[in-house]
Amino acid sequence: MNNPILAVRHLSVTFNHRQTVVDDISFDIHAGETFALVGESGSGKSMTALSVLRLLPNNARLNADAIDLQGDNLLNHSEFELCKIRGRRIGFIFQDPMSSLNPVMTIGSQIEEVIKLHFDLPREALKQRVLELLQQVEIPDRQQRIKDYPHQLSGGQRQRVMIAIALAGKPDLLIADEPTTSLDVTIQAQILALLKNIQQQTGMALWLISHDLALVSTMADRVAVMQRGKIVETGATAEFFSQPKHPYTRKLLNALPLMQSCLTHTAKEKPPLLRVSDFYCYYPIRKGIFKRIVDFVRAVDGVSFDIQQGKTLALVGESGCGKTTLGKSLLNLIPGSGRVVINGVELNALTGEALRRQRANIQIVFQDPFSSMNPRMLVGDIIAEGIRALHPEVNPDQRKTRVRELLQQVDLPEDSALRYPHEFSGGQRQRICIARALAVDPKLIICDEPTSALDVSVQAQIIQLLKSLQQEKGVSYLFITHDLAVVAEIADDVAVMYRGKIIEQGSVVEVLTQPKQAYTKKLLAAVPVLKMEH
Amino acid sequence: MVVLWTDALIYLLIAVILALGLYLRGKEHIQRPLQQIGRSKIGMVSLVVLLFFVLIGLLDSVHFKPADDKKNEIISLLDDWATPLREHGEKTYSAPFATTLYSKEMMTMADGSMQWGYPRLEFGGKHLNNPETEKIPDILQKTAYGLVQGLGLTGAFMLLWYLVRQTHFERLNFIVRPELVAQGQVVPEARHGEQFNPSAKAVWVVLFIIVPLATALIHLSAYYHVFGTDKVGEDVFYQAVKSIRTGLVIGTLTTLIMLPMAIIFGILAGFFRGWVDDVIQYIYTTLNSIPSVLLIAASILMVQVYMANHEAAFTSVIVRADMRLLFLCMILGVTSWTGLCRLLRAETLKLREMEYVQAAQALGVKQGTILVRHILPNVMHIVLISVVLDFSSLVLAEAVLSYINIGVDPTSYSWGNMINGARLEMAREPIVWWSLSAAFVFMFALVLAANLFADVVQNAFDPRRSGNE
Amino acid sequence: MTQYIIRRLLYSLPLLMGVNILTFVLFFVVNSPDDMARMQLGQKHVTGQSIANWKQQHGYDMPLLWNSDREGTKKVTDTIFYQKSVGLFLFRFGVSDSGRNIGADIKERAWPSLAVALPTLLIGLLVNICFALMMVLFRNSYLEHGGIVLCVILMSISSLFYIIGGQFFIGKVLRLVPISGYDDGLAALKFLILPVLIGVFSGIGSGVRWYRTLFLEEVEKDYVRTARAKGLSETQTLFQHVLPNAMIPILTGVVVVLPLLFMGSLIMESFFSIPGLGNYTIDAINMQDFAIVRAMVFLGSVLYVIGLLLTDISYTLVDPRVRLS
Repeated sequence: MNNPILAVRHLSVTFNHRQTVVDDISFDIHAGETFALVGESGSGKSMTALSVLRLLPNNARLNADAIDLQGDNLLNHSEFELCKIRGRRIGFIFQDPMSSLNPVMTIGSQIEEVIKLHFDLPREALKQRVLELLQQVEIPDRQQRIKDYPHQLSGGQRQRVMIAIALAGKPDLLIADEPTTSLDVTIQAQILALLKNIQQQTGMALWLISHDLALVSTMADRVAVMQRGKIVETGATAEFFSQPKHPYTRKLLNALPLMQSCLTHTAKEKPPLLRVSDFYCYYPIRKGIFKRIVDFVRAVDGVSFDIQQGKTLALVGESGCGKTTLGKSLLNLIPGSGRVVINGVELNALTGEALRRQRANIQIVFQDPFSSMNPRMLVGDIIAEGIRALHPEVNPDQRKTRVRELLQQVDLPEDSALRYPHEFSGGQRQRICIARALAVDPKLIICDEPTSALDVSVQAQIIQLLKSLQQEKGVSYLFITHDLAVVAEIADDVAVMYRGKIIEQGSVVEVLTQPKQAYTKKLLAAVPVLKMEH
Repeated sequence: MVVLWTDALIYLLIAVILALGLYLRGKEHIQRPLQQIGRSKIGMVSLVVLLFFVLIGLLDSVHFKPADDKKNEIISLLDDWATPLREHGEKTYSAPFATTLYSKEMMTMADGSMQWGYPRLEFGGKHLNNPETEKIPDILQKTAYGLVQGLGLTGAFMLLWYLVRQTHFERLNFIVRPELVAQGQVVPEARHGEQFNPSAKAVWVVLFIIVPLATALIHLSAYYHVFGTDKVGEDVFYQAVKSIRTGLVIGTLTTLIMLPMAIIFGILAGFFRGWVDDVIQYIYTTLNSIPSVLLIAASILMVQVYMANHEAAFTSVIVRADMRLLFLCMILGVTSWTGLCRLLRAETLKLREMEYVQAAQALGVKQGTILVRHILPNVMHIVLISVVLDFSSLVLAEAVLSYINIGVDPTSYSWGNMINGARLEMAREPIVWWSLSAAFVFMFALVLAANLFADVVQNAFDPRRSGNE
Repeated sequence: MTQYIIRRLLYSLPLLMGVNILTFVLFFVVNSPDDMARMQLGQKHVTGQSIANWKQQHGYDMPLLWNSDREGTKKVTDTIFYQKSVGLFLFRFGVSDSGRNIGADIKERAWPSLAVALPTLLIGLLVNICFALMMVLFRNSYLEHGGIVLCVILMSISSLFYIIGGQFFIGKVLRLVPISGYDDGLAALKFLILPVLIGVFSGIGSGVRWYRTLFLEEVEKDYVRTARAKGLSETQTLFQHVLPNAMIPILTGVVVVLPLLFMGSLIMESFFSIPGLGNYTIDAINMQDFAIVRAMVFLGSVLYVIGLLLTDISYTLVDPRVRLS
């Protein structure tokens, strides 16, 4: 093989002189290839990328034998010289295009800035080059767009602008740090295709950093897996996925939710627990001097569905389709209108105290395990909160016993009750949230993206826990998610939501294998599927 | 014993602080920032200085009528203690450590002849026969005596402290956190922390500076006017020390008065939104839109008119001055609650969308309970930070307000009044600098300590800042 | 945009009404006009007749809110509340207790106030931003730590001492500029130097600290990392990316106080004997001239409301993300 473009030898990064996040790693990236660095959150993959360009935060300390860019050791360069390499020979794409673009500069001038910095071009040529770059990243209406500010673009377009900025210096190596994580799955597919396309045109090397094994399997030529600051396995993609050597890699691969898993589901009709019919959730748009209501945002626009007892309905859709609004307004956290009947009781006819009593029937588990618990309360008090509110007659001793049982059910140690939420990891926190919801014996739990903030291996455990709790207690789930693979793992029925409406629903096998609507087909096609040679 | 209104509020404030301390003891989210403050050298040093001021202020807040006094005068413990200082008034200005008056006048000599010269002071340096030669050795000797006294005192205290701690430490820790001690993780760690606390040394160093300095000053002030005397011959050192209470009262009681308003209105507006929010926002925007100095001026004018027309209600000068001080605190409170209220409203708006609040709603927790259990504890750090930040600016504001005659009563002691009285004398030759300097030194020490402490508190409690520590 | 401004102006009416009611309560309900008259005329030996005369002279000889002696609408209009507040809304401030036309006084005195306050604000802004930027540029160095300590020390000194110290050293010891006074036209310049200098200096401590936190907040953001990844140097990043973003809160914070600059600074003007509105107010307070204080309170709140409106408008000008609706 030819000489590597980037060769990193014995790189370590420490925070505050104590915490080692990258621990003595070495790797090569060759010209024209796509190299993927995979790992779960906190494995140090982003820090590795940042340390190559010395963009680490202030409290981080870098240590390495060599970081060779085409045989030229970057460690020997001063900060000033490094500025000529950043953006010129190595381009960088960050995860969140919204926060990574300067909000008060037009996108045109943000792209222009890089070109001016590294090339000496006359004004006209400069503008031409900006338009050319925008064309390269396939942005329509280029003449208008260059005058736009980042907030005026959609998420996908913003990421395209990020890519244009990274390409502006005609780099030999493009580092893409989780380039699609904050995007919807259909947009993600477009961006990935674009990256692949550009790479073929320019022949540059692409260093992809991701947590998503399925995505990596479709993109990369070579893969390296990072765990706790170390690279545990490196290999060509085909081998890597067919014959993983390291136990950690195997664990990761096994934890991946598989689309095929829905095929094993058996459909058995059960009586409905929840009936929602003609449900609306509108926000008024006010205008004019007296703020008259001129129109509505139709967040949820007339949906109807049933959930059967002890079954799981997955509500699938992309961001902004109204799925979270629907979940919250079923709980009466957001006002909505329509018929909601649970267990024969019509919820929307209730107000005040009567509504509060009925709250026990539906509970919710949120996406973000860090903001869903009061940081000032002990875990025991958090779990007991619902019992205290809805069953004031239960005495403190009984309550303690109940909390202990609940902790046991979600596989947490008993002494957790006397600790604070911040002492727990993301997965453990999600277990606490599940215990809190279970405390009042609900018939239905709304799970609002409960696993999307978690790493793959933890995600698998939580799904397993939810499934076993369902078998044990016969509780139903409304599982709100954007991830079709997770749907395949857990759901019995699926409803696909698009712009406030449910456009397709049916059993999980039906929807995932024989989708009827074009949108559903598009969604399914965009999901990166693990390429495995069995 | 006589309890003035501000005294009563100070006692209330102490009770509130103690109750809060008891309530928060052992709560981990408050322990961590407190430990961080405890580890900070600057924080602990400034706290010691602040406590020193507070101690003087407290001594000055216990008022009584002396039994043998016929003048129907109300004095404080501090006054009682400093009776010589209080009563050793001269005729007019005299410089620090001076033995003669500042200005020449006709004197009757021993032999009955009249002479134009600097008369000897009645009290300052009275014990000296020949001031010109004896003064400096005498001052040095008395300073040394005072310093040694102070060093001895601090040393003895230090010895006692370590002896007590050695024997009681383990028991104490066991009482405080039994559940953690049971887990076997706390004792060695806490012990380690206690013994190697970097700020302990700094605190002792400061104590070894402050206490001897104080004792030396006290000792000297019995013989001299260490900061000179003012226009009517009153000791400036006494004035400056008495002003401490005024500064502290304004800095703390204002906050005590405005806190309930700010917290209740801020949280209600943020939590319930809708018309509650509209009304509360209307109230604070209205109050905010009046320039605060003018609002204070207008209110103080009205208080003055009221007091002038109801003279019977204010029997003694000190009661009258106290009422005016209290009014000033209230008015400052009314003009300053809006800032905190707005902050709390914004934070509550954010918090009510937090998922744990929604989860509590879904669990059927009542709204009142949500406010108390979920919202209030999570905005308390903002309240705390703004209280310590406001303190120093209020102390500074007092000086400015007193300067334009809308501050404390002209008869009460305050740094503002001292500056106000002294600035007219700037034109004199030689310049009368001591009143200003004394006010400057005392005020600067208090405000600097408060500012430094506020910084440390903010670092410890602000979640955005604690990350980079 | 126009709709928004109209709506905001309509909103400000109840606000000003509130201010008016508040001052009315403060001035006329807490103490009756009789009390005021007695205060003005001296406490002792005041006859009922002289009080009545004083009240008639100053237009306080009417009932507070409801005049039952009159007919029709006069029941409302012939009252102190109506008479005293309607005038304010039309910016007719009337006559002060000492007999001068308040409106004319205000017009004349606003300019000296502005002449001190505006340069102080602008120069202060420039100086504070420069120092704050420098501290951010050299962050985590001894220069920064020293700067922070210096800021806290400067903050802990009362503004009175800055003025007294400045007057003493620059005016009296060095005799560079006159200690106090004012003149018309360009001759005013030499009188303005010292107050502006002191005004700027006394604001440095808190100003630099505040701007530094604003800058630091921006420096932590993701787009700064992007800028550095583009190849911009530390200084370029600071000036081309951090500064424009941090200027948004700084500028809008300045805009809200702009109209209030007319009101002048109370202590500054009194120390330097500048015949501005601040001085005017202090004199009114000391002479207990209620008419002037009331007029100034109202004027102050009008200017504040204008400031709020300007702030909102300035947001749309400097921040492309904000649109008024």
